[in-house]
Parts: sequence; structure tokens; C-alpha cells
Amino acid sequence: MQVAERDHEAFEVLLGHVLRAGVVLAAIVVAAGGAIFLARHAGESPAYSTFRGEPGDLRSIAGIVSEARTLSGRGVIQLGLLLLIATPIARVFFALVGFGREKNWMYVGISAIVLALLAYSLAGG
Amino acid sequence: MLMLINLRSSIHNCAFVTVLVFTTVVALGACGAGLLGALTGLGGGVVIVPLLVGLLGVDIHYAMGASLVSVIATSSGAAAAYVREGYSNVRLGMLLEVGTTIGALCGATLAAHVPASGLAIVFGCVLLYSAYLSRPHPMSDVHPTKPDRIARALQLDSTFPTPAGPVAYHVARVPAGFALMYGAGVLSGLLGIGSGAVKVLALDRAMQLPFKVSTTTSNFMIGVTAAASAGVYLHRGFIDPALAMPVVLGVLLGSTIGARVLAKAKTARLRTLFAFVIVALAIEMLYNGFTGRVGG
Repeated sequence: MQVAERDHEAFEVLLGHVLRAGVVLAAIVVAAGGAIFLARHAGESPAYSTFRGEPGDLRSIAGIVSEARTLSGRGVIQLGLLLLIATPIARVFFALVGFGREKNWMYVGISAIVLALLAYSLAGG
Repeated sequence: MLMLINLRSSIHNCAFVTVLVFTTVVALGACGAGLLGALTGLGGGVVIVPLLVGLLGVDIHYAMGASLVSVIATSSGAAAAYVREGYSNVRLGMLLEVGTTIGALCGATLAAHVPASGLAIVFGCVLLYSAYLSRPHPMSDVHPTKPDRIARALQLDSTFPTPAGPVAYHVARVPAGFALMYGAGVLSGLLGIGSGAVKVLALDRAMQLPFKVSTTTSNFMIGVTAAASAGVYLHRGFIDPALAMPVVLGVLLGSTIGARVLAKAKTARLRTLFAFVIVALAIEMLYNGFTGRVGG
């Protein structure tokens, strides 16, 4: 029992580090995209006062990945933001794995519901 | 489909404001918000939107999108420290996330259909309520001594660490807590905030958890709730990379500095200061909302 508890704690601490690494990685990608964006557009006028919505390329996962591949500043930033959105989702996934290791099927099910809701949202809700 | 909204564009009318200047100003503001948010424990997300809308003339939808991703950043960044302390109740958090994510999906979908002025008015009210909640108040010291039937069936009772070893606690009123969490999710999705204050309220007051368990479990849930809204925001085009970039990086920097100096700071005075800032921003949001200065 105690060994299982300690094992569980170690798993949780590992998860904490994974989360922080995800945020750091996302921040680096966002900063890199920001540098590209500013290098190209620093002197232009900002235009956020009217909501037009983002272009289609920056609204879907596939669009963002292909935009980022062309190394457009906006595409790379959006990829970083996507990584950021993915970190709490990864947290839920790892929690599901943790419950599975404990053979706690009720909470494997509850985690799966949360994961499904998140996937539904990201896939186009 | 897309709402075309004419907004007051104070800063944009100024010919000297380039993308570089604008980005720098936004980053500095976000850094300040993150710093104050971390120092007061109230989260910076709630001030980002009024800052962008009121002072910089940004459309409220873009402001909400940028705020939401910054909420994910601070929540996940803080999680590592919280997990190590061993306070958060992962089973309870996961169960309640069913409520917050459904709420967030509803709220985020609703946000695309509510006019900007309506969003500003709701936001102003939430700000006033946050200021009210931030006043120094005694934490609930009523803790259930008997196990609750539903809580036991859902394996929610747990322990938290103390210097004298783990102390067991019970969880009360699960349905009420779940309903409040759904509401917190709706607010989060509707306004692009973390709604940590409502979450702590549900855990602390309704479910009567030890306070440390409430705050850490709330933090664990904020990121997941925000991620549920973020998907909808992304597809609706609320998340503008060039605006979100300085907001996310600024808030992360500010909250990291805030967490470092937290031990030395006089938080009581800061909380009072922050409450005044929030009230001022609330009045501004309400004024803008009622006069239609955020558009249509």
C-alpha cells in the first residue's frame, strides 16, 4: 500500500515536470514566432479594433501546422499556442494512465469523458 | 457569421503607434497583471481583458482569446509546484472537470452569439464580484466530520499532508459543488477567464474542503477548463497570434517573478490595491458596455 502511494506520488511529481516543460516549450515557440513576426511587421499599424476573426489557416490544427511550416511569424506563434492548449490535455491523459495503473476503472471512465469533451472542442466543437 | 463591430479605436488613431510599440505596451501591461495576479493569488486573467479593451481599444473577442491562452500558461506553469506539495485532490478535480468542461463548451459557444456590449456588461459584473470576493474574509472553518454518501461512492475523501503526517478530510455536498463548477465553466468560456474565484468558492464553501486543497485543486482545474474553451475560441477565430504572443509571454514573466517574491511581499495591502484596480476596471467595462462603446 505504502509503496503504491509513494509510486503514485512519484508519478504525480513527474507529471508536474512534464507540464512545466510543456509550458516552457510553448513559450519558446511563441517567442520565436514573435521574433519572426516583429522582424517583418514591426513598422505596420496594429488593427485589433474590429473583430474580423482569424483567417481560416489559423483556425484549424492542420492549417496552423502548414502555416508554421512556411515559418510565417503568425503560424509559428499559433503553433506555440496550440502546444500550450495541449499541456492541460496531456495532464488529463496522464491522469487517465495513472488511474489505469491503479486499476481504478471508475476514474479511468471519468477521465475519458473529460478527454472526449476536450477532443470535441479542439476538433471543431 | 462573423460579427463586424465598430469599436472606438483610441490607440489606433495615433499615427505613431506601430505594431512594435503596441506589442511592447501589451507585454508590459500583461507582465504587470501577471505579477499582481500571482502576488495576490487572484490570477491575472481577469484584468487582461479590460486592460486590452478599455485602454488599448482592442475588440473584446480578441481580448478574450488572448486572455484565455494566458490563463492556461499560468495554470500549467504553477501546477508543477502545487503537485509537489501534495495537496490537490486529483479524483475530485477530474470529476468536477466534467462539469467545468461542459460549462466551458456552452459558454464559449454562447460567446460567439452575445453582442460585444452584452459581454462587456457581464464582464463588469464579474469583476465587481471578484473585487468583493478578494476582501479579507475568514476561510470557512466548518469541515464535515461525517462522510457523505455520494462522496464515498465516488471515492472523493482523501488526506492532505501536515508536518504531523497526513490528515484525512471528507467532501460534502457534491451535487452543489458540481453545479457551481458548471457555472464556473460557463463564465470561463463566455469571458475568457480562469474563474478561479468561483472554483475556490465551490470547493471551499460548498464542498467544505481544507483551504489549501481548494486552491491547489482549483488551479489544476483552471487549465483544463480553459483548454476546453480554447478549442472553440480557436475555431471561431478569437485567438489572434500577434496579440496573444505579448499577452502570454508577459503574463508568464510577471507571474514567475510574482511567485519568486511572494514570500517577502506584504500581500494584504496588495490585495486591497488590486481590489481597487478591479473595481475601476469594472466601472469602465460597465460604462463601455452600456454606452455601446465596445460596439454592437
